[in-house]
Amino acid sequence: MLHQLSWKVGGQQGEGIESTGEIFSMAMNRLGYHLYGYRHFSSRIKGGHTNNKITVRPTEVRSIADDLDILVAFDQETIEVNYKELTESSIILADAKFNPVKPEDSKAPLFIVPFTEIASELGTSLMKNMVAIGSTAALLKLDTTVFQGVVDEIFGRKGEEVVKKNMEAIQKGYDAMSELLGERVGEWELAPADGKRRMFMIGNDAIALGALAAGSRFMAAYPITPASEIMEYLIKKLPKFGGAVIQTEDEIAAATMAIGANYGGVRSFTASAGPGLSLMMEAIGLSGMTEQPLVIVDTQRGGPSTGLPTKQEQSDLMAMFYGTHGEIPKVVIAPSTLEEAFYDTIQAFNIAEELQLPVIIMTDLQLSLGKQTTEPFDYSKIEIRRGKIVEDELEPVENKDYFKRYENTEDGVSTRVFPGTANGIHHVTGVEHDETGKPSESAGNREVQMDKRFRKLEKLNFNKPVHVNAPHDDADVLLVGFNSTRGALEEVQERLNNEGVKVNHAHIRLLFPFPSDEMAALVNRAKKVIVVENNKTSQLANIMKMNIGGHNKTQSITKYDGTPFLPRELENKVKELLD
Amino acid sequence: MATFKDFRNSVKPNWCPGCGDFSVQAAIQRAAANVGIEPHELAVVAGIGCSGRIAGYINSYGFHGIHGRALPIAQGLKMANRDLNVIASGGDGDGFAIGMAHTVHAIRRNIDVTYVVMDNQIYGLTKGQTSPRSAQGFITKSTPGGAIEPSLKPLEVALSAGATFVAQGFSTDIKELTALIEAGIQHKGFSFINVFSPCVTYNKVNTYEWFKEHLTKLADIEGYDSQNRELAMQTVMEKEGLVTGIIYQDLETKSYQEKVPGYAEQPLSELDMNLSEGQFNDLVKEFM
Repeated sequence: MLHQLSWKVGGQQGEGIESTGEIFSMAMNRLGYHLYGYRHFSSRIKGGHTNNKITVRPTEVRSIADDLDILVAFDQETIEVNYKELTESSIILADAKFNPVKPEDSKAPLFIVPFTEIASELGTSLMKNMVAIGSTAALLKLDTTVFQGVVDEIFGRKGEEVVKKNMEAIQKGYDAMSELLGERVGEWELAPADGKRRMFMIGNDAIALGALAAGSRFMAAYPITPASEIMEYLIKKLPKFGGAVIQTEDEIAAATMAIGANYGGVRSFTASAGPGLSLMMEAIGLSGMTEQPLVIVDTQRGGPSTGLPTKQEQSDLMAMFYGTHGEIPKVVIAPSTLEEAFYDTIQAFNIAEELQLPVIIMTDLQLSLGKQTTEPFDYSKIEIRRGKIVEDELEPVENKDYFKRYENTEDGVSTRVFPGTANGIHHVTGVEHDETGKPSESAGNREVQMDKRFRKLEKLNFNKPVHVNAPHDDADVLLVGFNSTRGALEEVQERLNNEGVKVNHAHIRLLFPFPSDEMAALVNRAKKVIVVENNKTSQLANIMKMNIGGHNKTQSITKYDGTPFLPRELENKVKELLD
Repeated sequence: MATFKDFRNSVKPNWCPGCGDFSVQAAIQRAAANVGIEPHELAVVAGIGCSGRIAGYINSYGFHGIHGRALPIAQGLKMANRDLNVIASGGDGDGFAIGMAHTVHAIRRNIDVTYVVMDNQIYGLTKGQTSPRSAQGFITKSTPGGAIEPSLKPLEVALSAGATFVAQGFSTDIKELTALIEAGIQHKGFSFINVFSPCVTYNKVNTYEWFKEHLTKLADIEGYDSQNRELAMQTVMEKEGLVTGIIYQDLETKSYQEKVPGYAEQPLSELDMNLSEGQFNDLVKEFM
């Protein structure tokens, strides 16, 4: 009996590969399994190899599995591209239609099932995906009735007949596979799960839901991979809560529109990826200088320029750190799980308003698009804090002077008043200004306002800047990462600890301002530090060295081929550095 | 009720003496008073350049943003508070060069914002370079041999982009300009108002005298109908854009905000930000 199943379906883009994975996953979620998905896709609409790899476990999972137990292939390319992930105990299920051939050195046996033929006999070849799901169910010895609810949900709108046909397709796939398997039935049976349904979503869903829960009622955005799902979710949901999304002409408009709306008093944000972030640089500066809250989501993908638009990378760190000319206070946060993506988005809106500055929520493609299960989010943990805002009526200001919107306060935070409020008139400008917002170039004022803006960061209240699992006071190594590498790092830590290597793990959740004290303490407790990141130039390692030193014991494991780290690959690289 | 004096503040403009922008400022102040709003019910969002400073010279909420981005900021503000009167303003470089994409799309989008462009056919604050509105052959520091590119035709662009309100004024004629801005504020949708506002320092060609000589008032053209888009385009082309008055107004088309499904009747800034527990749990269940 398996304690983890790694299943992959592959074929040509536009062939329903995505929905095959989706239906299989939904059924597994209903049985109480934890899921972690990875999509391989290309920057085109139809054609090109695509696959969906799903790791299924009765216990929590946050990483793509090293190997593959079951490969479902709709074309020969799927077999060629993926068979190396298979082991002796794996199996290939392939559609008879394309006369599949087993590669000579494939360790796994090939089972040919007439997916398309069975589907065509039932009325339409489109249902070949359902036949393949049925065959998978036979391998796992699942009762096909578990698919009934999912099929009802997906095809219910199309009528009873469609639901019936799809269930029949699943059953036929199941029967055909059972017959083929013969004595091997039961080999791929998976340990039972708790039967508890969980949320099954991508990181972008968690962020979008977080924004809604945080009270954001306006979003301005420009479509881009891998961020568009955030705006698409809110386009569906915001009308139900009175809000709106504007698809702008570019990311410059998106970010400045969000600034305008925040100035108007409604929590607003935008979401993009690297190319959009580049265009938003001037807006980030405007937000910092005019102290208007702004939340930006940057879903990192392969750069530079158009780069690898549909591939994993973590290479925008320096842009987020230093981006915009001149100096402004800003906050960059990096969630690493769905749960963090949700609650950190709420934190981001709170910080943006409390400190009146830009907050960037950094994700990467794998976190943004990888579909995972997570425990349902907790309503009682949602807290909205808006900071200093004029709520009572204001007294008239003498001599028609402005309200002191940029008052030089002890904590650097001045009170906001929204346009439309009587006696609150003031000026906002990206030019250096005095306490009332009037342009001022005097040297003294410059220092006062610059210091005031930066003083706000001292009051930053971010919950858990570093996720730490550091059981050892004298660790052999401290592994450091951020965003979606969390699961792979956790697994490597567990494996190495079991082998007697003392491994600590820190996943940095607040990248700017850098949590120097906390990280320095962790670095001091380790003989070696290995920073793991999906980029070429070791950006996080450099940021760490710059902030806390440790040059002589810090090493990097980088990967910039567009794919996420797999646990074994990482384990081997860590071992090499430890030898 | 507020008078135009209530829209004055104590800040002394840093424009050159004789600059057309003084009159544009006065016209905005008068128009705001005439439509019966209070200073705190008005927000002026401006870009960068000499004209951009206007946001600080009117006693109202003012946002002096970044070069070319007055319109997206203004649209975001209006989306946040639909009860607020929002005027966006800037120069021809701001609106027709760096911010041209925003201008065209703001026109298409038709959010209820009034956009006043102070068009002086030159870059003033950077001390005299060519603008998209400079005439071909116009000699500036950046075009010592004369501008090679043809001048942009903002009225034709606006009409082509689907504008629901297009007007043009001349800073000297404060009375007409005030009426145009008033009509723009009252228009339910995006109102585009181009204003010839001469630069007395760097533009020695398009002077007050030059405009007086070349401009035609649409009111003086017999049979001109500002609700006829074809006639508007034809007239603008015939007169090479040198007309003043309301060029085109579409009274039927609804503003963007009236078309957005589900968009709240009250300002978004006044909505309850909290989801109820029931609402939240329903959203969570959709993922289960």
